[in-house]
Amino acid sequence: MAERGVDRVLWLLVPGVVFVVALFAYPVLYGLQLSFQPEEGGGVLANYERFFADPYLRDTIWITLRLAVPAALINVLASIPIAYRMRGRFRGKRLLTTILVVPITLGTVLTAEGLINYLGPVGWFNKILMGIGLTDEPVRLVHNYWGVLFSLIITGFPFAFLLILSYLSGIDPTLEQAAATLGADRRRRFRYITLPLLAPGLAITFCLTFVLAFSVFPSAYLVGLPQGETRVISIAAYESAFRDTDYPLGSAIAMIMAVVMLVVVGLVLLWRSTLYRGATGGKG
Amino acid sequence: MRVSTWLVWGAVAFFLVNLFGLVLAVVVNSFSVEWFGTWWPNGLTTSWYVTAWRELDLLEVLVVTVQVALAVVVLSVLIGVPTAYALARRTFPGKRLVTVLFLLPILLPPMTYGIPLATVLYKFDLAGGIAGVIIANLVPSVPFVVLTMTPFIEQIDPKIEAAARMCGARTSAVFTRVLAPLLVPGILAASILVLVRTVGMFELTFLTAGPGSQTLVVSLYEAMFSAGIRAQQAVDAMAVIYTGSMLVLLVVALRFVNPTQLVTRLKEPA
Repeated sequence: MAERGVDRVLWLLVPGVVFVVALFAYPVLYGLQLSFQPEEGGGVLANYERFFADPYLRDTIWITLRLAVPAALINVLASIPIAYRMRGRFRGKRLLTTILVVPITLGTVLTAEGLINYLGPVGWFNKILMGIGLTDEPVRLVHNYWGVLFSLIITGFPFAFLLILSYLSGIDPTLEQAAATLGADRRRRFRYITLPLLAPGLAITFCLTFVLAFSVFPSAYLVGLPQGETRVISIAAYESAFRDTDYPLGSAIAMIMAVVMLVVVGLVLLWRSTLYRGATGGKG
Repeated sequence: MRVSTWLVWGAVAFFLVNLFGLVLAVVVNSFSVEWFGTWWPNGLTTSWYVTAWRELDLLEVLVVTVQVALAVVVLSVLIGVPTAYALARRTFPGKRLVTVLFLLPILLPPMTYGIPLATVLYKFDLAGGIAGVIIANLVPSVPFVVLTMTPFIEQIDPKIEAAARMCGARTSAVFTRVLAPLLVPGILAASILVLVRTVGMFELTFLTAGPGSQTLVVSLYEAMFSAGIRAQQAVDAMAVIYTGSMLVLLVVALRFVNPTQLVTRLKEPA
């Protein structure tokens, strides 16, 4: 055994592994098994049948995708050009990065409060729009789809930006310089050198921001229309489990949520596997 | 400069200006006597902070927040660091499985495993109190400490420990006199990150907290959710206190760690 690295040091693993098995793996498996034991009787799959038969529950998948996919796409696509220009060193880089990180720490609840104050019908944003004559009536930007989308962008963008910045910094800049000596202009250097090397990182970043956006919860209540166009899937899961105390249905919805996320992430990673996979030349 | 560069920096500026306006709107409202429909409130006051302090039981909420955060930091370091040490120093059959097991709670959004976790905690009568909140918050924190500490321990030369043993140090002495001092900077960075994440963690705390065990974010949410009952300025005052404490934590955190570490454990690109 000893030559395979098994010795007394491995005892140190015990507290951590016991912890993660007892408080992460066990609850997830317990929830999975609970979801097959419907409260109101019926077959093993009754909870799942109920979810897909009831449009009020079923539609939450579509409502959530309609928020999460655009939010993740915007966050990733907006981060690329900004991160592209922030490679290398320049004065104020640390300050700018810090400012861009701040929204992560604001958290969804404060962002929601700010959105209501700032984007509301009498908020500064609408006042400016009306002041410069872009609109005569205040634009409704909170307590609907847009409020939740803005909240997802404010909290998700810094996350996507930092990830993409670190992926971009891992690409060896001499590759681009080599292309430049061979006569490639800016656009072609980006299209044929940087973008293919960055694509796997983009796929991962998209997955992580999508998963975050797909599980949106407090802002869908606070700046959305929780019983209407922003009744996202986590609201359905929460209300079933803790308002109606139907834990089996709540667990079933949580499992469906995980499956939808896995499907989207799986599709993105499948697309990624068709791309170039190799060294990015950097040290990162 | 090129047009596209101007467009990009223009978009960044637009985003930041609006973000600033968003935060400023909350701060101004929390100090305003009355603010409805005008550009600037008609008069400033600090009385809403007194109201928030009294009516929303801020002192109690802050005490709970500090207790939860400190307990989570201490426990996750105590559980996580030994695991990280074993993962960094040994290869063993099933190591990949263990790594994935520690990766999942960080990658999955809290809402997915939070609902089954809260169900289990309620089943064992653990939820609804401070203990439940601490346990729930440990679930992403322990793996976070493991994953930030493993690369940190990997870069400490094992020969140092071997040398200590050569000089006759017992295992306990190797740990307390040799390893512990070397680990302090890494533990400090991991602790600060866990602290920031725990104070800001909404979902898990929300799902497991009962009356008297809510942290600042959750009671802020509750205050907002029942907005009709209270003056909005008082809720905003609470939000400002929350943001203020988060910003202080963030400034402290950024002195010790790189911003990218706040979101992931990616290795610092050289």
